[in-house]
Amino acid sequence: MPPMPDQAGLYRQMYRIRRFEETVLDAFPKGLFYGTTHTYIGQEANAAGVLAHLGAQDIVFSNHRCHGHFIAYGGDLRALFAELMGKATGVCGGLGGSQHLHWRNFYSNGVLGSTAPIAVGTALAEKAKGSPAVALLFLGDGALGEGTVYESLNMASLWGAPVLFVVENNHIAQTTPIELALAGDIAARFNAFGIPCQRLDSSDVLEIHTAAEAEFAALRAAPGPRALVLDTQRFGPHSKGDDTRDEAAMASIRQQRDPLALLAPKLAEAQRAALEAEVQAEVAAAFAQAEADPFPVALP
Amino acid sequence: MTSVLQALNRGLHAAFQDPRVHLLGEDVLDPYGGAFKVSQGLSTAYPERVWTSPVSEAGLAGVAAGMALRGLRPVVEIMFGDFSTLIADQIINSISKFGSMYGGAVHVPLVVRTPMGGRRGYGPTHSQTLEKLFLGVPGLRVLAANSLSDPGELLRRAIFEDDGPVFFIENKLLYLQPLLTTEDLQDFEIELHTPPAAYAATHTLRLRGASAPALTLTAYGYMAELARQAQLRLAFEHEIFCELVVPAQLAPLAAGGELDAALAASLSKSGRLLAIEEGSYTLGWGAEVLARAAQAFPGGLKTAARLAAPDAPIPASRPLEEAALPDVEDILATAQRMV
Repeated sequence: MPPMPDQAGLYRQMYRIRRFEETVLDAFPKGLFYGTTHTYIGQEANAAGVLAHLGAQDIVFSNHRCHGHFIAYGGDLRALFAELMGKATGVCGGLGGSQHLHWRNFYSNGVLGSTAPIAVGTALAEKAKGSPAVALLFLGDGALGEGTVYESLNMASLWGAPVLFVVENNHIAQTTPIELALAGDIAARFNAFGIPCQRLDSSDVLEIHTAAEAEFAALRAAPGPRALVLDTQRFGPHSKGDDTRDEAAMASIRQQRDPLALLAPKLAEAQRAALEAEVQAEVAAAFAQAEADPFPVALP
Repeated sequence: MTSVLQALNRGLHAAFQDPRVHLLGEDVLDPYGGAFKVSQGLSTAYPERVWTSPVSEAGLAGVAAGMALRGLRPVVEIMFGDFSTLIADQIINSISKFGSMYGGAVHVPLVVRTPMGGRRGYGPTHSQTLEKLFLGVPGLRVLAANSLSDPGELLRRAIFEDDGPVFFIENKLLYLQPLLTTEDLQDFEIELHTPPAAYAATHTLRLRGASAPALTLTAYGYMAELARQAQLRLAFEHEIFCELVVPAQLAPLAAGGELDAALAASLSKSGRLLAIEEGSYTLGWGAEVLARAAQAFPGGLKTAARLAAPDAPIPASRPLEEAALPDVEDILATAQRMV
């Protein structure tokens, strides 16, 4: 039996993402951020449950909706706030902004699908070097419209790239529902390339943690591409104030699929309250520090 | 005699001594060794580092980018330069950006090699000279091989001495040209100038004993060889003495909108500029060269002109293709009109 997942740790991670994103959405209209953002509220269980299994040497590629991945990867909250504010102390010194992050072995980019072959290439490079590192690629259902994704699945399978494709299917690409954008079946796409695919419709971080654990174990035992499709829900807008979905339907989804609410009953009330208070203080302090940080003064 | 093709092949074999070097491309396995044979012998000598790929240019450029991010030195072969449109997103939105948009902590040392150019009857989608589409991409170095110095050595340096991405332009007719020897070039005085922060030299050719140049020609790649032939004929048949400036680095051009120093030096003597390219006319390499020349000589040049292919698809038919692409006769006619 594998050890029980650290429930309090997973709750903390998800709550850190939630509080970070709520702070971003709250502060944007006040003009404290610049540019755009794509928040992860509702999908926190995916980042927390999957990235819990990552080794220090492993590589992560993320997309435009990358804050949750970055935080669960271990990224610094102040540096992420600062990057969104365009400050010199940001993750990339303010050059990247919300969608373009790099820290240690974490990379994100804002062009959908473009990261797929790059992730495959990093996995092949690590394999060629004899390193045990594997690569992890987060994709949304929207990116499944990009042809380069299928080129990447083909090459990953042909060449045995140790890469885990994680599809976060939140059923909507910006404002276009999946029914209007995706024909056929998601898992069948991977199977067509000979890539084993596990599909899970859940917002329960413990279930996602277990599913991801099996994927990582298989990936490390027999390096080659694998896929994990996580059916999920995005509670917030695509970006800011651009949610065209029915409010009542969203409220109902939120009630049934909130990953925090699903895990909360498993924690002692006092423990959860203390943990939430700690995270609230941590996020508030990170925000205040970033706000006080200087802007960059010159182009590099 | 060593051909440009052999020199490139030798350069790749020399580079493969380093285990970080991988080659990715379509149909690159022996005995075929790539559509133009530049990669011949590599898959036999280094089977684990030559990746013959599916017909997936965008994907393989991305795979190479990932390899480069993780410490390898990949070389991508794009079979025809025309297909470089398929890797434009990877080049523009990932490969050339990672070095700066992530705050300077990331390098993408990869080389994309590809043959451009017509005069083989391959028609509208296999004959183009498309590098102008990539000349203004920040973070991307664009080099063009020529037969004046060893292109294999230039390729080797692009693979190892550049921490950023390089778009390495070859040319189908240049492949079969001999590398020019000292004997071949005995009629010329040659000056080499390497731009700051670069390793690809610009050649300035002038005829031995010639009087001050009446015209500066500038061209790169295979077109530079045609310009050299025109330079000889202008001198011997028409007594028009030109200098020919041949850059091997097309981008970035000099910082701050300046003109290449070798070109500026020649223009300060001749006051007349003819930029010659095989690519289509509008918004081409020559347009940028002329714009910079105009800025560099605020008093004005005596005259400046561009010679390029028309803004139209390259025809497949031999006489039509010959009419479309600038050749030695076109250079002679234009130069004579300018002086």
